Amino acid sequence: MLDHTTRPNDLPAAPGVGYKPQHFAQILDHANPVAWLEIHAENYMGDGGRPIAQLRHLSEQFPISVHGVGLSIGGEGPLNADHLARLKHLVGWLNPASFSEHLAWSTHDSHFLNDLLPLPYTDATLDRVCDHIDQVQETVGRQMLLENPSSYLAFEESTWSEPDFLREIARRTGCGLLLDVNNVFVSATNLDFSPQGYIDAYPLEKVGEIHLGGHDEDQDDHGHPLLIDSHGREVVDPVWALLDYVLERSGPKPVLIEWDTDVPDWPVLRAEAERAQAALDRIPA
Amino acid sequence: MSVSQTTFHTALLDPSTAIPEGLLDAAAQPAGRRFSVYRNNVAVSLTEAMHQAFPVITKLLGPQNMDGLAGIFLRKHPPSSPLMMFYGEAFPDFLTEMEQLAHLGYLPDVARLELALRRSYHAADSTPAPADALAVPPEDIMRARLGFAPSMQVLASDWPIFSIWRFNTEEDAPNPAPGPEAVLITRPDYDPIPHLLPTGGAHWIAGLQAGQTIGDAFEETAAKFPDFDLGATLALLLQGGALTSVTIERLAT
Repeated sequence: MLDHTTRPNDLPAAPGVGYKPQHFAQILDHANPVAWLEIHAENYMGDGGRPIAQLRHLSEQFPISVHGVGLSIGGEGPLNADHLARLKHLVGWLNPASFSEHLAWSTHDSHFLNDLLPLPYTDATLDRVCDHIDQVQETVGRQMLLENPSSYLAFEESTWSEPDFLREIARRTGCGLLLDVNNVFVSATNLDFSPQGYIDAYPLEKVGEIHLGGHDEDQDDHGHPLLIDSHGREVVDPVWALLDYVLERSGPKPVLIEWDTDVPDWPVLRAEAERAQAALDRIPA
Repeated sequence: MSVSQTTFHTALLDPSTAIPEGLLDAAAQPAGRRFSVYRNNVAVSLTEAMHQAFPVITKLLGPQNMDGLAGIFLRKHPPSSPLMMFYGEAFPDFLTEMEQLAHLGYLPDVARLELALRRSYHAADSTPAPADALAVPPEDIMRARLGFAPSMQVLASDWPIFSIWRFNTEEDAPNPAPGPEAVLITRPDYDPIPHLLPTGGAHWIAGLQAGQTIGDAFEETAAKFPDFDLGATLALLLQGGALTSVTIERLAT
């Protein structure tokens, strides 16, 4: 259980976007309504050069969220100590407004697979994930947010629902949660559950950040819709509607637009941020 | 039925392996091609990382051939670290081992050049030595030892790697001619720039990196490469901001 933080997670309850270097100049000139930026931690773990210089510059003007994609918190093996040290170093010098990672695994037998792989929700994985989060928060020295995954399949062995599993992790470790609304929609479509029901069961009071992104549409062997979390296009209308459903219950939160493949020109990404601002403006008083 | 990460990992990297039992779809039936989403994500993301790391190799082989090679490479050498900026370090040796590519003997060194450019890009920042640091009497210059920027990279090859690189990245670049070439990479700002080193230049810089004085390294290099142009090599280093320190030991009086 974490009982010390150097800085509370304090992203503004406003739109943010995933930072892409090709947008550097335009972000400095035309950010509005983008109020904060998120980076993938692993892209800023080199020793120097342009990536670090740009990040240092941006961090003087924007709150930064550090979002890790490589820690493998759900891995069966121990956390990669070198990687944890790199994360501690980055969070140490940058002192970001937020730091988050995924409920997933990506490393096995020292092989990094560059994808967020799924976990069964059992007592055993719960213990392991909590141990790893304790270790991360103690090493990095601050609270982290844990993000719900996109699911394409389910584990027969699971005994916990995902919202209950996340709630229990947050209770045991003191971590916060990052609610990816597109992931909820993707998983709900793929596994035939109600996305609103998921939100109703989700501990919204623990949410420090919301993610939105685009997905691709496919089908499984039986012609069942199979949505794929690709972050390569606009957020679809049903996901915007689900965001409204969340915000009505949670109140204002930091809302991030993720767009990682086929990255568009800045005005397109900024327009998505404007839609997020409109959703925040709609929240009933 | 529980699915270990070992089972998942094996099935992920080897498409000929059966999809693990215990993975279900929405109707609690076997997951089938839903598992392929993960297989596909891993293969596509790592292949994309290889295209980004090796644009010239991709151009030389064609994108489709590069996709095929990346697919074989990722199964033989999955990333050993979550830092994609370093993925592909084993690629030059892998290319050497590919018998089908034996007729393209220059590929491994061109891949090494692309890796060196990427290392330079991510290297620590440093402050160049002042422009007048070498404005000293000639006998002092020969006693000087040099410190180099972490972003500086040197690569010597039996192949014309600089000319091949330039031919595939710059318009109107001349056709590569056979023969050995050595490349110096400097990063005066944030963009690494490859330069063709004068004959013997790589040998001389290696001597300095091993702690020799300019003079001692020069004598050794000139014995092996009589045409070695010290002034031109020094100028490349100075103009590229690759020198960070000049240390001249005073003679005892």
